[in-house]
Amino acid sequence: METLNTNVHGSAVGEPDSARRALLEPRMPQTARGRRPRASAAHTQRQPDNVDRLARGLGWFSVALGAAELLAPRTLDRAVGAGVHPTATRLAGVREMGVGAALLTQPDPEPWLWSRVAGDVLDLLMLAAASPGAARGERGRLAGATLAVLGVTALDVYAARCASEQPRSAPGAMRRDGSVRVEHTLSVNRSPQDCYAMWRDFENLPRFMRHLESVRKLDERRSHWVAKAPAGTSVEWDAEITRDEPGALLSWRSIEGSEIDNAGAVRFLAGPAGRGALVSVTMQYRPPGGALGAAFAKLFGEEPEQQVRDDLRRFKQLLETGEIPTTEGQPHGQRPAWYRAMGGTQR
Amino acid sequence: MRANCWYGKEDVRVDNVPDPKILNPRDCIVRITSTAICGSDVHLYDGYVPTMIAGDILGHEFMGEVVEVGSAVKNLAVGDRVVVPFPIACGHCFFCEREEYSLCENSNPNALMAEKLWGHSPCGIFGYSHLTGGYAGGQAEYARVPFADIGPIKIESDLPDEKVLFLSDILPTGWMAAEACDIRPGDTVAVWGCGPVGQFAMKSAMLLGASRVIGIDRFPERLRMARDGCGAETIDYSQTSVLEALKEMTGGRGPDACIDAVGMEADGHGIAAMYDKVKQTLRMQTERPTALREAIMACRNGGTVSVPGVYGGFADKIPLGSFMNRALTFKTGQTHVQRYLRPLLERVQKGEIDPSFVITHTLPLDEAPRAFRMFRDKTDNCVKVVLKP
Repeated sequence: METLNTNVHGSAVGEPDSARRALLEPRMPQTARGRRPRASAAHTQRQPDNVDRLARGLGWFSVALGAAELLAPRTLDRAVGAGVHPTATRLAGVREMGVGAALLTQPDPEPWLWSRVAGDVLDLLMLAAASPGAARGERGRLAGATLAVLGVTALDVYAARCASEQPRSAPGAMRRDGSVRVEHTLSVNRSPQDCYAMWRDFENLPRFMRHLESVRKLDERRSHWVAKAPAGTSVEWDAEITRDEPGALLSWRSIEGSEIDNAGAVRFLAGPAGRGALVSVTMQYRPPGGALGAAFAKLFGEEPEQQVRDDLRRFKQLLETGEIPTTEGQPHGQRPAWYRAMGGTQR
Repeated sequence: MRANCWYGKEDVRVDNVPDPKILNPRDCIVRITSTAICGSDVHLYDGYVPTMIAGDILGHEFMGEVVEVGSAVKNLAVGDRVVVPFPIACGHCFFCEREEYSLCENSNPNALMAEKLWGHSPCGIFGYSHLTGGYAGGQAEYARVPFADIGPIKIESDLPDEKVLFLSDILPTGWMAAEACDIRPGDTVAVWGCGPVGQFAMKSAMLLGASRVIGIDRFPERLRMARDGCGAETIDYSQTSVLEALKEMTGGRGPDACIDAVGMEADGHGIAAMYDKVKQTLRMQTERPTALREAIMACRNGGTVSVPGVYGGFADKIPLGSFMNRALTFKTGQTHVQRYLRPLLERVQKGEIDPSFVITHTLPLDEAPRAFRMFRDKTDNCVKVVLKP
């Protein structure tokens, strides 16, 4: 089961245990590997940096080694002591350069780190194959080269394993099962109770969630949602509250068989030393049409990450100021054509 | 209504545009009686502030008469005479509660854009690019004022516009810059730039107890104004090395506080100035930080560098070594105008400050394009222009 981890404020003051275990529950499909949530906030924050740095280091190493193999294969072969095979060495150089470039440019290093491991195994096999025929003088160099490759292999395996532990995708990105999940936290200068009360009345949601047309209460736990969809259409579903801890936590999900499979949770934590509240929202949904549907939606400007950020900011504005600051409808001079073509929003 | 709109670099025009409407319950509409061109408007005029869009209405220093109030505005009534602070502030967020109004978390509808450039967003500002909200400004006949229950101050005395208009920006800006210097008896304060903000910073430093104030500029009329209006000594940087002169004047120690009232478009001379001009023109840096560099180098050990001058993006060759090794303090920020309105209005009423001494030109709004050029080029001894809609 996929749990809603508390990585943003895992150690926030006064966080109730129940909130720590807050669940985005049941029917949201679990991730392919069903990993356990991360142990601590510090862990999640520190590790990606280190993995990234290690991957980049290995990337540069690949590029440097690849360049040497391509430009000076004979010198390199003699240094290794495995006989002179310039063509094979050049091919290995091409491989190194490719993997290096990928490690330095691709957002997810994991597959490339594993491909480095595969390359290491290939290198070790070639060294082993060269070993029986090696001249006496070459034995020492060959052993040295083998040790070096073994060392690099160990480092590659370590890096690849670290990378595989990392969350696989940026927030808001499509997950492997085709669902999109977004988390965002904002401080609000009101009590957690006030924040909860505003959110608990679901009919308030369209005031700050721009993609919603309306939310109508059906009973204490169930509500009917209507959302704007691309190309002027709309989608509707019923949702039910799955957890309700006044002043602390609220979660909901669409009921079985909804057009859009979605769930949300919001936690209200007391800010440090009475500084208002930290409002932490998690939204997860599976767009109709899977990856294609999501890509289609993005064409129409529906970035889930952005949307949750904007919604939460409007929630804060509404609670703190009683209105949502705007410039839409204010006067201006003659706008340029490109601006009008964009719809002339005030941005 | 008539409004001064920005259409591009060195291209502002007074156009007919629709009248503003109340858009939110806490708005009010002001019929503007006086408005001014700010030195920071020159950065927009010269095209150095990103996210301007052709058609934007300029102006953030204005005052006038309330002609309409939103349903949630209880402290103002139609007919009230008000000065409007340039920072738009909600009054209820974390920063507003600390009276740090220019850091209001709620008033910039384009906060996301500012966050991308600056990490976090400051408040919204009238007529000052879409980075700070894209709010229509006050070089117009009317303006919509958001959060009208927090910002505008009622002027109940019969003081003329000229004496209270600058409460909207430059008087509190000069004041806050001087206040940030934590002035003690015997202190010397040096001020780069003898434009209106520099003048008010000098005047404020004197009122806050500085023993000496030194103004730095190259325009004779501005240096004269600093001497006559603020009691400052002056340095003409086109004639003397500023660092050498300041050392001589302070017995080698340097001024206790240095105020950069110039900002991103500093003039300078020599190789460094050419380097900055080239880089700024090629958009490889957004600033020409000559004044800031000098202020840092000149300041005495452990002193304060206060920066009311506007910067927009990224600058080169800032002497951080000097800054760090000599334990300097940096104080900056858009002005928390709302915090200073009442105390400064009282000083104006008591006659301690008459801010109208900086005004050199009063023109009809329709002459805004000519006024911008004159103010930018400092022709006709122009220091401050007030426009009358």
